[in-house]
Amino acid sequence: MKVLTPRELPELFAALETPGAHMLAGGTDLLVRLRAAEREGRALPQALVRLDGVAVLRGIVREADGSLRLGAAATHAELLAHPLLRQELPELAAALCELGSPPIRNMGTLGGNICTASPAGDSLPPLMALGAEVELASLAGTRRMALSDFITGPGRTSLKPGEVLTAVIAPPARNFQVRHFEKVGRRGALAVAVVSLAALVRLERGRVAEARLAWGSVGPTVWRCPEAEAALMGQRLTLTALGRVGAIVRENVRPIDDIRASADYRRQVAGNLLLRLAVL
Amino acid sequence: MMLLFRLNGQSVEVETAPDRRAVDLLRDLGAPHPDVKDVKEGCGTGECGACSVLVDGVHRLSCLMLAAQLAGREVVTASGLGSEAAPHAIQRAFADHGAVQCGFCTPGMAVAAAALLQDNMAPGREDIRRAISGNLCRCTGYVMIVDAIEAAAGKMRSDPSALHEERVASRKAAKSSRKATMPSRKKAGKS
Repeated sequence: MKVLTPRELPELFAALETPGAHMLAGGTDLLVRLRAAEREGRALPQALVRLDGVAVLRGIVREADGSLRLGAAATHAELLAHPLLRQELPELAAALCELGSPPIRNMGTLGGNICTASPAGDSLPPLMALGAEVELASLAGTRRMALSDFITGPGRTSLKPGEVLTAVIAPPARNFQVRHFEKVGRRGALAVAVVSLAALVRLERGRVAEARLAWGSVGPTVWRCPEAEAALMGQRLTLTALGRVGAIVRENVRPIDDIRASADYRRQVAGNLLLRLAVL
Repeated sequence: MMLLFRLNGQSVEVETAPDRRAVDLLRDLGAPHPDVKDVKEGCGTGECGACSVLVDGVHRLSCLMLAAQLAGREVVTASGLGSEAAPHAIQRAFADHGAVQCGFCTPGMAVAAAALLQDNMAPGREDIRRAISGNLCRCTGYVMIVDAIEAAAGKMRSDPSALHEERVASRKAAKSSRKATMPSRKKAGKS
């Protein structure tokens, strides 16, 4: 495989025109998959196009409307080191803190976590709860879409050939008082999520005025539960109320058995994780 | 491609396929460069940390990097932290605390510790455990490893100037001793 190292976006788009080219972000998923492909005699890309040299794809910028624009090729560690992330997006910071291990966070990128589109991708529940959008660019121009539309299935996205995920845009969420992420894994570090929950709750006079709940690892993509969100409206965040809504979650969620956990365990935990939102 | 980078304080110039894994390249650099066998391959999938290296001071996994990604970089492996004559505080502490059992994870642990201590000179045990959370010890000798890193941090805090002198001394020692020690090591290995 050739390895191309563009520095600017036009160079990157040109490199992606190379026949059989494949983008290489942090490499923490792709290189593992390519190695397996090589071992099994499957076709490899003819060229890898590195994103780590394109400076404009890194960093965090605040946009005019208060949104944060996160560079898609920024590593998890770079994002965590940025003061704006913890200040403005605590649920995403909490997820990135627990993603993989220190060296994986030093290598893996936000855009890579999104484009891998794993049902267990740690950044996905918080970004979905935030209502994040993705910016996609190619020689043909730039488009923006909701992250929830971009990810179409496990390992599947709407990214077109020649197109690059350039940035993730997180709208301001300062009016949500409760901002939460929790991952349940088989161990404390380097664990693939068994179930995770990101939650944003806006309270008015102590009662829920808006709730956004997004679970990871309980379906083919991040799972939302409109029934649970509706049931929380007008409630105080008490253990009793959350317990009732947890039952609604368990009725609706459709997880699967896999090597990490059984469907029954996931169903139980998906409901239980709501109890952490209790403030009373 | 002709690849140029710095490895444990030395300039390296080597002809390689750009898509060669960094771990394979480092372990088999070929003459005139010494092979860096302290970089281990454990899982090959980024889950064990045995292949840990510092690239421009950042803890990374050489099994998930391509040769081309080392171009122009400063790579430090466990053996580059210090030398036998002038060991780094981390190396000395690992030996003193019996933090080495089978030894396979040790170079990666030392690299993870070095990455931690360059950012945090006074880590708590929880910080240390987090810093090595991507490095697996299948002998499960974690307590001694955490003890060693804690002690190394203490040593470096009490005498930070010694660390610098140690590193300078170790580089000088490595430079002068490499030629002398390499052939004799090979001889010892064969007998």
